[in-house]
Amino acid sequence: MNWQGWAEIALTLGLAVAIGWPLGVYMSRVWNGERTWLDPVLRPFEAFFYTACGIDPKKGQTWYGYAGALLAFNLVGFLVTYAVLRLQGVLPMNPQGFGAVSEHLSFNTAISFVTNTNWQSYAGETTMSTFSQMVVLTVQNFVSAATGATVAAALARAFIANREGGVGNFWADLIRTTLYVLLPLSFVLAVVLVALGLPQTLAASLTAHTLEGADQKISLYAVASQEAIKMLGINGGGIFNANSAHPFENPTPLTNLITAVSINVLGWAAFFAFGRSVLARKDVRALVIAASVLLFAAAAGIYVAEAQPAPAQVAAGVDTSVNMEGKETRFGAPATAAWAAMTTGASNGSVNGMHSSLMPLGGGIAMFLMHLGEILPGGIGSGIAVMVVMAVLAVFVAGLMVGRTPEYLGKKIEAREVKLSILAVLAIPVCVLGFSAIAAVLPEALKGLMHSGPHGMSEILYAYTSGTANNGSAFAGLTANAPWWDTTLAVAMAMGRFLPIVAVLAIAGSLAAKPKLAPSAGTLPTHGGLFVGLLIGVILILGGLQFFPALALGPIVEHFQVLAAVAGR
Amino acid sequence: MTTYETHAGEGRRKPGLLAGGLSGAILARATKDAFVKLDPRKLTGNPVIFATWIVALLSTASAVAAVAGHQSAGFAVQVSAWLWATVLFANLAESVAEGRGKAAADSLRATRVTTSAKLIIDEKTGTIIPTPAHKLVPGEVILVEAGDVVPTDGEIIEGMASVNEAAITGESAPVIRESGGDRSAVTGGTTVVSDWIKVRVTASAGSTFLDRMIAMVEGADRRKTPNEIALAVLLAGLTLIFLIAVVTLLGLGKFSGVVLDPLVLGALFITLIPTTIGGLLSAVGIAGMDRLMKHNVLATSGRAVEAAGDVDTLLLDKTGTITFGNRMATEVIPAPGVRPETALRAAVSASLADETPEGRSIVELGRNQGIVIDVPEGATAIAFSASTRQSGLDATDGKGGAMSWRKGAVDAVYRSLALDPKLIPADLTAAVDRIARSGGTPLAVSENGALVGVIHLKDVVKPGVKARFADLRRMGLRTVMITGDNPVTAAAIASEAGVDDFLAEATPEDKLRLIREEQGRGRLVAMCGDGANDAPALAQADVGVAMQTGAQAAREAGNMVDLDSDPTKVIEIVEVGKQMLITRGALTTFSIANDVAKYFAIIPAMFVVALPALGALNIMRLHSPQSAILSAVIFNAVIIVALIPLALKGVKYRAIGAGKLLSRNLTVYGLGGLVAPFVGIKLIDMIISALGLA
Repeated sequence: MNWQGWAEIALTLGLAVAIGWPLGVYMSRVWNGERTWLDPVLRPFEAFFYTACGIDPKKGQTWYGYAGALLAFNLVGFLVTYAVLRLQGVLPMNPQGFGAVSEHLSFNTAISFVTNTNWQSYAGETTMSTFSQMVVLTVQNFVSAATGATVAAALARAFIANREGGVGNFWADLIRTTLYVLLPLSFVLAVVLVALGLPQTLAASLTAHTLEGADQKISLYAVASQEAIKMLGINGGGIFNANSAHPFENPTPLTNLITAVSINVLGWAAFFAFGRSVLARKDVRALVIAASVLLFAAAAGIYVAEAQPAPAQVAAGVDTSVNMEGKETRFGAPATAAWAAMTTGASNGSVNGMHSSLMPLGGGIAMFLMHLGEILPGGIGSGIAVMVVMAVLAVFVAGLMVGRTPEYLGKKIEAREVKLSILAVLAIPVCVLGFSAIAAVLPEALKGLMHSGPHGMSEILYAYTSGTANNGSAFAGLTANAPWWDTTLAVAMAMGRFLPIVAVLAIAGSLAAKPKLAPSAGTLPTHGGLFVGLLIGVILILGGLQFFPALALGPIVEHFQVLAAVAGR
Repeated sequence: MTTYETHAGEGRRKPGLLAGGLSGAILARATKDAFVKLDPRKLTGNPVIFATWIVALLSTASAVAAVAGHQSAGFAVQVSAWLWATVLFANLAESVAEGRGKAAADSLRATRVTTSAKLIIDEKTGTIIPTPAHKLVPGEVILVEAGDVVPTDGEIIEGMASVNEAAITGESAPVIRESGGDRSAVTGGTTVVSDWIKVRVTASAGSTFLDRMIAMVEGADRRKTPNEIALAVLLAGLTLIFLIAVVTLLGLGKFSGVVLDPLVLGALFITLIPTTIGGLLSAVGIAGMDRLMKHNVLATSGRAVEAAGDVDTLLLDKTGTITFGNRMATEVIPAPGVRPETALRAAVSASLADETPEGRSIVELGRNQGIVIDVPEGATAIAFSASTRQSGLDATDGKGGAMSWRKGAVDAVYRSLALDPKLIPADLTAAVDRIARSGGTPLAVSENGALVGVIHLKDVVKPGVKARFADLRRMGLRTVMITGDNPVTAAAIASEAGVDDFLAEATPEDKLRLIREEQGRGRLVAMCGDGANDAPALAQADVGVAMQTGAQAAREAGNMVDLDSDPTKVIEIVEVGKQMLITRGALTTFSIANDVAKYFAIIPAMFVVALPALGALNIMRLHSPQSAILSAVIFNAVIIVALIPLALKGVKYRAIGAGKLLSRNLTVYGLGGLVAPFVGIKLIDMIISALGLA
């Protein structure tokens, strides 16, 4: 560890928050239908979509109308993606000549990209045609990100409403977020990345003549454009198997900084946008601080864990002070630690190093961040939405201690909200622990594991955690492209995505119908340091504690074993 | 200038219905009830304790199996015993809380004697036939004479009587009840001490005020309040999450080569689920109602008590709540050229025969200034009359000279003295104006036909009220004063009392409209009232406190009845409501925070045999895996008993603002909840390992 390392981590995390702030103001204007400086260019396109689809953007939907539209849209997205993957062999733009994707892999991949998880049971360069990548996967990268944002937009409207039935129009939110936020930003980032050396071509590959005289085929794609939305949309699905550790996706420390920051930037922007739309900047600032503190602590924990020699290196007598296994030498431990925290704190799932090769504690922290429900800052909108659920639970437990029925942002928190909040956070323990427990004893599942013992346990836990939390990062070692894993992970991804979304929209419906209350001296203040501390406690105890026994059997016991092994030498 | 000093008996309260503490008899009955409540059908409403019951049953089965199989069963027996103890302790908490109410209900039932009523079957002849009280039907007319117990609730249609209502209020001084107006209601179970009344029956058997009181005190149809339901949902959700966490360990453990004893899994489950708050939740609710009864307030539902904690706006009647019921003299301003003492003596003399509260307050003012005058012999009292609008005293002085003193409305006195308005000293006119502007009433005083000064009568704000309102403001409550006074007077008193707002020249309709307006802004409103015309407002308010002495309509419209008929009580009701919510929150926080320590006790104990490296998590250095698990289970059970007193007494409420209150309670119950089990489990572990129990 050195100060440069700490500075790099602080800079990467801090920049994301700092850039997220102004972008959040812009995003809020987009949600609210206010004027933006892109209006002259984009307004005609927006109007065209409304006319073409017969949408009246002013027509509000009830929460179930909104949720129904969202689910229907995602169902169609799933069906189209599945069909394209199955028909890949006969579709155009397939210079590599790939055949149809298998049934279970198509199922898994379609759900994965619709749910913004981007779990990849395949290696992109040997499976997906340019058509599949560009026409269905990239499209889903955009609209799945926008889908998450619509949830936060609806929730924001519910908090500001005073006895109203509607939470906004899903179609308008979807179109506006895609058109005004995701497309322009991705365009700018893609151009920057091209300038920094990322390939952007429809050619399939390049043949290089190596020094040994052999011919090496190097896969190519339209990488920069895909990379931009992969990061900004918090998707994380790489074109190449090595993801952001691959030199075509992330060639230099500068591209690493830019892409790392862009993992979190729109997640934070959605926090700030929510605060502006609800007229509760101070309260949302507290949420940002709580999430930042947890995220920085996680990055620091990983950095500390990685800045020690790995047991294998010790065993081999290698003289090193840092665990460089699975890391890129051009990034080093601090950049890998920052990335690992940011990608698991958000629901991104891209990696610039192998999480399986992190020290047990580092891998454990990455897993734990996902267990918390992807709220640091999580996906665009989906992060703030679940964070608000956490705040609602915190307010409910602690709010009683000031002697009033708890209120959050001027809305009373009652049985219905508590019930739905529990439902929203229930998907992760059910899917992560449930599927892991079955996989742990099922021979069919165990075939996919590379390790037994604690590290094998981590492989199982990580897979279901990553899937349910819609993260998508992989703990290398697991061969997931098999019917059991593809199917159960797909179910976990769908539950982890849509259960919280529907629950949050139902909360939005319930809150919108309630009167908006003005705060009084007797209202629990939800913006101070005290609330930040309380919220962190609730996130850790209610959100994370139930995973302690499972983690004890994976990374925690492995950590102590490593300590013992190192001490024993 | 002389000022009036108040010396009223504020804060003196007679003991309430539940004045007594926990007697041995109540505890004995509660213990018995705790066992009766082991019936699983009685536990289905409480998922946490129901889950504990099931696990206790399963672990007992495994203990029995172990004994039958001649295996070592000591650990299983101990764990099972403590799991049953957990359920019993939770039941005990509830039955102790219920105990006091039941005892109070029993004593009320004793007063419900089987009376024979005198039913008037013919109004003209007054023919009476004796009828058992429970056969009376609403609408029938009965005669109640001195010495009779009023057989049921009714409305006096003729006559007037003094009634002893001690059976219901605990107050033994009789009160006057008469036909017409707001004092016409009589309550079954009270006793007519003198005179007679004809009463029209208003309640049928089984639904009298006394019956309702017994039901309320006993908590017969206690339903869960909205907030209790929300909390129960949270606790059920946590139970479900921990169930998943524990059950899945079966698979995860197998993979890791850990042999898991189902008994240990059960123990882990029970220690993780929020048994502490789950066990105490209903006790907290019942105790909240109890605390109200201690204040001699009956709530029709727990919902009303809870709403009280949430109240945002408090409507308070000026008279009797904010000010003393009557105007009082606070100073006597002498006319120019008159010595202050002379003016005061004249004012006192003019009031000696005046028995009205105003008159007495003038004499009192004099006494406080050291002027005590006895009524001169042979003096004639001049009574107040509508035509003269003044009163006074005529007497002879020691030398036989005639003396006369008068006091009355300023214009009336001026007229009777035939004063030319132009000759009235400007200073005095200014004083009169000043008094009127400040919301007071000026009275002119004359001695032997000469104007000597002006008495300042004012509404005196009760001492301590202002501080109380400041407290309420810190709690986030807005106070609105309701008065029939004109806006000028109202404003003066409002600013003196420190209320946030006032409604002047208020009619009952205005009151109702104000409540609706406040509710429209999402605020909860509390008010108290006693008149029949208050009934709509009482019904509309979220917390409507009716006075026991008030009209029958009012008593039925409100969701609380104050047996002391003290309108200031509404402030205490709010505090009781808040205290109940705080206690729930504090115990929930404590219960959830406890889990951290329990993990550190049980997880290493469960896994250490197969995975020795996890011994590092045994940071409490507990003696053995078995002692660690047993200690956690014992702590989990014992903490319920340890917290019963807190659940019953309630966490102290302080009017220090929400932020400070939260930081205080979070420190005590959140941080305390994290630390306490580490200490407790370690201590229990030391004890049981020393005793060789595990």
